[in-house]
Parts: sequence; structure tokens; C-alpha cells
Amino acid sequence: MAGQSMRDLKRRIRGVRSTQQITRAMEMVAAAKLRRAQQQLTTGLPFTEKLETILSRVVQHRDVLQRKDAVHPLLAVREPARVLYVVVAADRGLAGGYNTNVLRLALATIQEDEREKRVVAVGRRSRDFLLRRGIELYNEGLQSNYIYVGDELSYEESRFVTRYIADMYIRGEVDEVIIIHNVFLTAASYRPTVTRLLPIEPEHFIREERDAAGDRDEDEEEPLIYVPSAEQVLSVLIPRYFDIRVYSLLLGAKAAEQGARMLAMRNATENAEEMIEQLTLSFNRARQDSITTEISEIVGGANALAGGE
Amino acid sequence: MAAPLIRIEVITPERTVLWDRTESIIAPALDGYLGIQANHAPMVAGLRAGVLFYGPVGAEKRRMAISGGFLEVADNHVTILADTAELAHEIDVERAERALRRAEKRLRDFSSDVDRIRAEFALNRAMARLQAAGRKVY
Repeated sequence: MAGQSMRDLKRRIRGVRSTQQITRAMEMVAAAKLRRAQQQLTTGLPFTEKLETILSRVVQHRDVLQRKDAVHPLLAVREPARVLYVVVAADRGLAGGYNTNVLRLALATIQEDEREKRVVAVGRRSRDFLLRRGIELYNEGLQSNYIYVGDELSYEESRFVTRYIADMYIRGEVDEVIIIHNVFLTAASYRPTVTRLLPIEPEHFIREERDAAGDRDEDEEEPLIYVPSAEQVLSVLIPRYFDIRVYSLLLGAKAAEQGARMLAMRNATENAEEMIEQLTLSFNRARQDSITTEISEIVGGANALAGGE
Repeated sequence: MAAPLIRIEVITPERTVLWDRTESIIAPALDGYLGIQANHAPMVAGLRAGVLFYGPVGAEKRRMAISGGFLEVADNHVTILADTAELAHEIDVERAERALRRAEKRLRDFSSDVDRIRAEFALNRAMARLQAAGRKVY
């Protein structure tokens, strides 16, 4: 009896230990991918900053914004009758609450919105969840019913997503684009967020920049030359701004995913350790029991023999 | 006497491609090539896909393929923000040639405006790469 349970315990310990090896490996893989995503975010910063600085200067220039629609279709503001929702989640689970939280937020937001809408899923988990909840997914022109974004996201790949979204807006099929995604805060935290992507509101830059550029404008009286014109420069800047915005947003979501997975796997590894300790304790106890039983049997037998003498 | 130097910085969303000092820069602006030397007035220019030259005035220059973006001149510092940028030796010539043929084929086959525009852009990018790598392209 004791022997049987000892064998069971031994088997369970072995099982838990091999699971632990897997979770530990997954933790390390996630940590490496997190570092990569973070690094990508950092290398992208100089580009983003420069772009935004110049954008703000151009926007403040004379009256480029008087005829926004003519400058670039991504600036066109229409009555927001039709909306596109882009829901970003991971391809895989085992990442704690990463998928659940953002998808629940997405579902609530989409169901509340009574306008005519399209929903595009990014990530397999996003697709699975939304389809299960009866949300119809839009995938015209896509190879699958969701957009796959691998673990190593390149700018080029991200631009595929950007173009897909932007084209819908430019063709006038939707009047507003909202993305629901996780924002990366630290390796251990993220926040599910609803962000309005389109139309781009260049007025934001003006306000942001006024404070920073307040004194600079006084020193630097020299006016900027725009080649060929402020409007044309703006029309080059706007699509890039959109590209880089979506890129850093997707990278942030990736980083959040890897962080969440790393943490979930670390917890799993620690739980496994605890379980192994418990099981080892039980195993030792069982072994001790069986030895005690054996000894008492021997002693009992010996006593019986001695008594019989 | 050597001409005064200006800073040149080429960055893409994925990396800083170049950080150097040079005498002059010739960039493919939207409406034609643009030459920049020291003490240029502050400027912002839109760039198309093409070859960016930089080096000493009146002598052989280094070449770089860029695929669209823009350029800023401020205080003798030229910043070029491009979608992609490759130094001549980094260019995958075979890949660019394949892209060129693909774009040419698309231009012949497709009729929709969007496809045409995209194919033209792809064609320009491929040509820029080949030219920067020193190939003759007609």
C-alpha cells in the first residue's frame, strides 16, 4: 500500500519537474523576446521624436491646416457614422491576463457602439475570442480571417497593417478608426487601452509643442524653407506619422505580451517548485511510514518469537 | 582648401544608418535633386525613393539608397528620416533586380490606379537600390 503510493508520488514529482522545465524555458524565451521588443521600441524613438518635432513646426506654419482634406486624406474629418475597430491580442495564451483583459474591454466597447462597424482582429486569440462571442470579423483582402503579426515585428510588416487600415479610411469606407490594445508600462505591467487612430488630429501637436517651442521661436527668427511646399511636406509627414504610430503601438503590445508571459511562466515555475517540495515531503513521509511499519513488524515478529520461547 | 563640414544623420524606424561629417549632400527631393553644403538655411524637404550622395565637393561621393522620407537642415546638421536606407555595400542587388522585374510586370498587367501607383513606387525603390549599388538602370 505504502509502496504503491510511493511509486505514484515519484511519478508525480517527475511529471511536475518536467512541466517546470518547460515553464522555465518559456520564461526565458519570453524574457529574450521582451528585450528585443523593448530594444526595437528604443531604436525607433529618435525617428519618432524628430518626425513629431518637424510635424509640429509644419502644422504651425501659416495656414497649412486650413484645407486639411486637401493636404492628406488621413486628416479628413467626416461625420463618424461608420467605425473600424482593430482588436490586438496575442497569437498564443499562457500569458496571464494579457489576452482576457484586453479582449473583454474590446467586447464591451464594440457591443456598446451602435454605429455601423467593422471589426478586424490582430492575433489568433483575438479572432477566436471575438468569433466565439458572435462578433463578425471583417477580412476583405486578407489571407485569413485575422491579421497575423509574428513575434518579431518588422517595420515592413507593421506597414502592411497600416496600409490595410489607412486604405479603408482613404476609400471612405469608414469614418473613424479605433484600436484596442495593451499598452506596455513595465515588464510586469500593461494597461488595456482604447485609442482613436483616425482621423489624425494635428491640432494635438500644436498644443504639445507650444510649451516646448515657446522660447525657441523667439530666438530663432529664421523661417523654415519648405521644399517643395509646406503642404507637400505635410503630405509626406502624415502617412509616416501614421505608420510609425501603429508600429510603436504594435511593438508596445508585443512587449506587454512577452512581459505578461514571462511573469506568468515565472509564477508557474515557482508554483511547480512549491508543488515538488510538497510532494517530496509526502514522499519522504510515506517512505518513513513504510520503514516504521517494517521495523515495527520486525520488532513485533522478534518479540513474538522471543515471547514464544 | 577643404570645404567646411556638416553633420549628416540618416535614421529609419529600425536603426540609425549613418552618423558622420561631410562636405556636401545631394538628396532626391520630391521635385528634383537638392544640394546642401555648410551654412544652408533651415529647411524641411520631402524625399522620394532615390540615391542619396554625400562626400567632398567636386569629387567622388558615397551613395546610399533611400526609399522616401524627408530631410531637415538646421544648424549645419542634416537629418534624413527614411522608411528604409541602405549604404551601397549593404544592398542586396539580386533582390533589388527581382523587385524591379516584379514591379515592371505589375505595371504591365494591372490596371487599377492603386496597384499602378504601388508598382511605380516599388519600381522606384528598386531602381534607387540598383543605382546606389552602382548598376546602370535605364
